[in-house]
Amino acid sequence: MKLRNSILASAAAIVAGLSVCTIPAGTHAQDKTPIRVGLSIAQTGPLSGAGKSGLVALQLWRDDVNAGGGLLGRPVELVVYDDQSNPSMTPGVYSKLLDVDKVDLLVAPYATNPTAPIMPLVKQRDRLLIGNFALDVNAQIRHDKYFNNQPWASARDSAAPFLGLCRKLGAKTIAILAADAEFAQNLAGGVRAGLKEAGLEPVYDQNYPPNTVEFSSMIRAIRARNPDVVFVASYPSDSTAIIRSVNEIGIGGNVKLFGGGMVGLQYASIMQSLGSALNGVVNYNTWAPEKTMDFPGIRDFLARYQAKAKQANVDPLGFYLPPFDYAIGQILAQAVTATKSLDHKVLATYLREHEIKTIVGNIRYGPTGEWANPRIIYVQFRDIADKDLEQFRSAGKQVIVAPDAYKTGEIIAFDQARLQMSR
Amino acid sequence: MSFELLGEAIIAGVLLGCFYAAVSVGLSVAFGLLDVPQIAHPAFLVLGAYGAYYLGGFGLDPLLAGVALTPVFFLAGLAVYRFYHATFESRGTDAGLRGLAFFFGVAFIVEVALILSFGVDQRMVEAAYIGKSVSLGDVRLPMRMLVAFGVALVLTAGLSLYLSSTFTGRAIKAVAQDQTALALMGADPVRIKQWAFGIATGTCALAGALLIIVAPVEPGLGRLYIGRTFCVAVLAGLGSMPGTLAAGIILGVAESIVLTSFGASWAPAVAFGLLLLVLAIRPAGLFGR
Repeated sequence: MKLRNSILASAAAIVAGLSVCTIPAGTHAQDKTPIRVGLSIAQTGPLSGAGKSGLVALQLWRDDVNAGGGLLGRPVELVVYDDQSNPSMTPGVYSKLLDVDKVDLLVAPYATNPTAPIMPLVKQRDRLLIGNFALDVNAQIRHDKYFNNQPWASARDSAAPFLGLCRKLGAKTIAILAADAEFAQNLAGGVRAGLKEAGLEPVYDQNYPPNTVEFSSMIRAIRARNPDVVFVASYPSDSTAIIRSVNEIGIGGNVKLFGGGMVGLQYASIMQSLGSALNGVVNYNTWAPEKTMDFPGIRDFLARYQAKAKQANVDPLGFYLPPFDYAIGQILAQAVTATKSLDHKVLATYLREHEIKTIVGNIRYGPTGEWANPRIIYVQFRDIADKDLEQFRSAGKQVIVAPDAYKTGEIIAFDQARLQMSR
Repeated sequence: MSFELLGEAIIAGVLLGCFYAAVSVGLSVAFGLLDVPQIAHPAFLVLGAYGAYYLGGFGLDPLLAGVALTPVFFLAGLAVYRFYHATFESRGTDAGLRGLAFFFGVAFIVEVALILSFGVDQRMVEAAYIGKSVSLGDVRLPMRMLVAFGVALVLTAGLSLYLSSTFTGRAIKAVAQDQTALALMGADPVRIKQWAFGIATGTCALAGALLIIVAPVEPGLGRLYIGRTFCVAVLAGLGSMPGTLAAGIILGVAESIVLTSFGASWAPAVAFGLLLLVLAIRPAGLFGR
């Protein structure tokens, strides 16, 4: 009896084994183990304001995908670590994601500074990496499986519309003030590289250390040089302090264009707090509630994000990073679904050769893994009232002044804009 | 650089320096007088700033909020020191190093607690003196920095007076010099140190309110102030209140002049270079014994 049972059991096992072998490649629907997407994203430290909102967006994407049956019939799981906004943390975190967590897919940390240190590791391990707002980190390394989701491809791309505005306003002199950190330096580098072409003479060009508290000394020094344009590349707390100082002690009557690369002026809490002090400032952005930015699905996403943002205690508007982080999920999903594969080489080939449909528009990738058609926008704050968050949901408050393809209004010179809006 | 700009830089530097002194004065007591490696001092400052922000939501002026929170911080300081003493200080000669780890842990807990309670976004407060300036001839001075100037003067003068003219104050100075001698006089050095640590922590409420008056705060901001506050306390000559004010002003003026003229990125190097220079000439610091 025992012998018969064991023969039957062996036969059943062989049949089962054969049947597994005969499942055609690509139909791994029986495999219900989650597809693990690994990343670090700032949950603490200076980048966490945007990082936490980006994570909410990625979680929304995961929930949407899982509600639709997952990818390749498998649920999606996010493996997330807090890099504390600290670039020295990220190589260790990504080694752990690869070697211990053994994630299937990798998303880069939010922002340039934490992403740059992981590029050698990712290239050495030959893994696909979807970038998350990192500027120029692949320019030197040239990893062929890096695809950045950010609407500008290089520092020069980001500077071009700003320098175009300088020309339009007839500016001849420029002051540059930039934080001594990777992203700000990249942005300022883009402007510096284009000065000659734009016919601008630099009358002040300083980098300030990242722990600067008080900016009035530098604002005074800039005012003393009487520039036509002031380009600032700064991080959130610096941006707030700089705008405050400009408001308190003035920047001089000659300035036609002020702003450019100020991180933080895209966040709801900072916009709300600074209120009317923002009027006239021109700054880069990735999305604004203007008619030229109505990509399919983005309004629906923002409505769902904003409902979640309140309980997650994150940016209540979510214009800057969240749509792009949701789009990171869409990029991965389209590549995996179309190729029915998790092989990084196959996925990279697909992403290089195909257009990706996302809520931030259709994306095609160029040779260095950056957007082939970059689309950084410059907005001018207008008619901003104090203590009013709701105003930023409406069109006309962040008027897109460049590039022309997305423009919703003409640039007004900084001094005139402030004069008009103070009346 | 024109004389006019230099003058403006010096005035701005004095105001900035007073702010540095105000945020360092508690550390001068805790680290300078008590030898407690209070690396969590900046985290307590940020806690004070968030306290002012929270009470500001009820319409309270941030400075008044800082004053109202001072007793609460004083009591918290008593509790933290008691715990530190029982678990680290009383247990051996390597208390300093282990204490450093303890206070680092406290700083981390404060940061995470603030993140969980308030989120990671920057917070600011509103007051009549924020965002406005006062004209002094052609020079416009931010009112928030003038407030920092006034509070720094009151804090350092008040603490100096307390340490020199009250029995407990003199006992605090004595405990800094010789604990055993103080014990032989019948005073309990641990209780004196606990009281002094309470005062040091209490100043964080008011200085924290200044922090959020001067600039926006976020939970991790304390990390940026570790170097600067320790620099002021050491440059002052550990434990000297007038020295703290003088050191703050020297650093502030040096930083302001560098930011205005030579090259902003040199500001931290100049500040810490100044510290090294002073310590090379006067190892006890400017006002140290």
